[in-house]
Amino acid sequence: MTKPILSITNLSVNVENKKILSKFSLKIKNQEIHAIMGPNGSGKSTLAYTIMGHPKYNVISGKIIFKNKNILLLSPDKRAKLGIFLSFQTPLEISGLNYFSFLKNSYTNTHNKNITALKFNMLVKEKTKTLNIEDSFLSRDLNVGFSGGEKKRAEILQMNLLTPSLAILDETDSGLDIDSLKLVCKSISSLKKEKKEFSAIIITHYKKILDFLKPDFVHVMYDGKIIKSGNHTFANYIEKHGFTKIINDYKKQFKK
Amino acid sequence: MNRNKTKGTINKNSFKKIKTATKIEKYNFLYSTDNYNVKFNRGLSEEVIRKISKYKKEPKWMLDFRLKSYKVFLKKKTPMWGIGALNEINYNSITYFASIDSKERKDWKEVPSSVKKTFDRIGIPKAEQKFLAGVGAQYDSEVVYHKTKKEFADRGVIFLSMDEGLKQYPELVKKYFGSIVPFDDNKFASLNSAVWSGGSFVYVPENVQVDIPLQAYFRINSSNMGQFERTLIIAGKNSKIHYIEGCTAPRYSSQSLHVAVVEVIALEGSTIRYSTIQNWANNIYNLVTKRAFAYKNATVEWVDGNLGSKLTMKYPAIYLKEEGARGEVLSIAIASKGQKQDAGAKIIHEANNTTGIIVSKSISKDGGVSAYRGIVKISKGLKNIKSNVKCDAILMDSKSKTDTYPVIIVDEPTAEVSHEATVGRIGEEQLFYLMSRGIEESKAITLIVLGFISDFSKQIPLEFAIELNRLIEMEFENSVG
Repeated sequence: MTKPILSITNLSVNVENKKILSKFSLKIKNQEIHAIMGPNGSGKSTLAYTIMGHPKYNVISGKIIFKNKNILLLSPDKRAKLGIFLSFQTPLEISGLNYFSFLKNSYTNTHNKNITALKFNMLVKEKTKTLNIEDSFLSRDLNVGFSGGEKKRAEILQMNLLTPSLAILDETDSGLDIDSLKLVCKSISSLKKEKKEFSAIIITHYKKILDFLKPDFVHVMYDGKIIKSGNHTFANYIEKHGFTKIINDYKKQFKK
Repeated sequence: MNRNKTKGTINKNSFKKIKTATKIEKYNFLYSTDNYNVKFNRGLSEEVIRKISKYKKEPKWMLDFRLKSYKVFLKKKTPMWGIGALNEINYNSITYFASIDSKERKDWKEVPSSVKKTFDRIGIPKAEQKFLAGVGAQYDSEVVYHKTKKEFADRGVIFLSMDEGLKQYPELVKKYFGSIVPFDDNKFASLNSAVWSGGSFVYVPENVQVDIPLQAYFRINSSNMGQFERTLIIAGKNSKIHYIEGCTAPRYSSQSLHVAVVEVIALEGSTIRYSTIQNWANNIYNLVTKRAFAYKNATVEWVDGNLGSKLTMKYPAIYLKEEGARGEVLSIAIASKGQKQDAGAKIIHEANNTTGIIVSKSISKDGGVSAYRGIVKISKGLKNIKSNVKCDAILMDSKSKTDTYPVIIVDEPTAEVSHEATVGRIGEEQLFYLMSRGIEESKAITLIVLGFISDFSKQIPLEFAIELNRLIEMEFENSVG
């Protein structure tokens, strides 16, 4: 039995004194892809932010162990250095901060190594090509004036440069055209192939991305915890029956 | 001017590779010499003014100008509308004139070694070789070094200390001196008019374009010193000039005073950019009157960076006197512990087809206080007027303060006027986003701040932008935690 790369046990999280995650548990092994689905407000994004260490998300009990380390006391930058990456649902805009300079800062800090601007430029160009991102992107301000799709592809570009051990995609597929979606899935697949240590959490509302990625597990979240899990065919079941049936079944079982 | 050279994105990391030519170190000047030939006793009186004028062997009209200004200074009340307490200034604790030897040199080798060492540390001689058209260096009251590159001198560009300007071009100086900022304009303009010493006199002949900057460097080196430089810049028809001033002083426990007057005249079709990086130690009162007249189709740009001083009060003004004139004031202010930055801009539209732009950015931290204070005035009957004012402020913590006092007087309904102001903290979400990319908190804050002031740093020569960024990195990366 291999040890999980990420192990979340009985995690309860408050946001502004409201409980969002409640005794949430999940184990992810190396090379696994987990999809998390669920109705709005079930706590999916909270899970993503909590793993990344957003200060607003207050962990009141439980543990998150990543690569044998309790990460709960680590600041987000330290978690990134350990190999966690979050693709934001709404990436932030920072005016005046040049995208290339931001990329280089985040690359050198995350990998803790220096690289000349020239070499880094070559590395970035290689990645932008595969993602169909125009070079002019790099001279713009971080996410300022980017379209929704551009922002999402820019997030994936960062993922490809930072090569994390755990990638969390928070609704990265929302608002993406089919070609871009395929590029995102290709990035995930090649990271999985190329990296000895890689796993992913895909938070999504749509089956499409799961058809491409064929995750090892599909989980349904409700009320701050996982209420049902299955393999990638489970997504078909969800699409057919909606969350209502799964939630009702769960509630019945809960009553018993 | 010089825009092309400095435009584009500033990639901070690649900066480290470039050997910097100019240093703008903050409060880190331990060098101090006290080898004055003449140093007046502290305090101000008519006798002191007569002594200054006599020492400089000035024409009588200048002595008269000084004396009538002094009378106005005594009469005028201390303005109390600012954010800092001007009534705390003790005028009798200040030395009004100190001279090493009243020699202006054209060769750094001739500058006394202790004085030269100071300017070496700031990087002036190096910068001069690299990218400047001329350099003036003022040490307390007087200019110790002044030189214009031959190529520009040959084309008739005059760049002298104000004292030399008065000696060599008395008629020109008499015509314009005090014509933009009258001797009785305000209490501090009157004080400067009474005791001025040093500063620059710049004249650019018609059709001459100086495509690299001239720089004047002002240094207050002793404690309780007053520096009262006086600058006059005249740009002839269709000429172009970029003038840069830098200011530093070592840190003393007692107050010093910097009261300057800058008069700028942009004749038809000319372009003047005046850039300032003010990095006084934070015991210095920095009270400066800067004003420009822009004539037909002329452009005046004040690019004003205020990092240092205890209290700065400065509102660079542009009077758009004739049709087609354009004025722009772009400023940043950083108010840190114990500092008050009361800065802003004035743009007065007096003719048709004139455009005024004001962009002001301030950052207050560790209890610092900043204020934007500005006036835009558009008289009735003027046609095709555009005015745009934008002030943004960042508060780093709850101890710090920022205020905005915009005055917009528009008597002409067809004028296109816009005003925008924002105040914010460094966003928690922005910070989290950067940190989630492996960037630690203090670095993330620095990146956001550098982004915030990038409109400014893109407009100053690259060499300065590098140093400015380095300075801000020092200021912000050490302050967290």
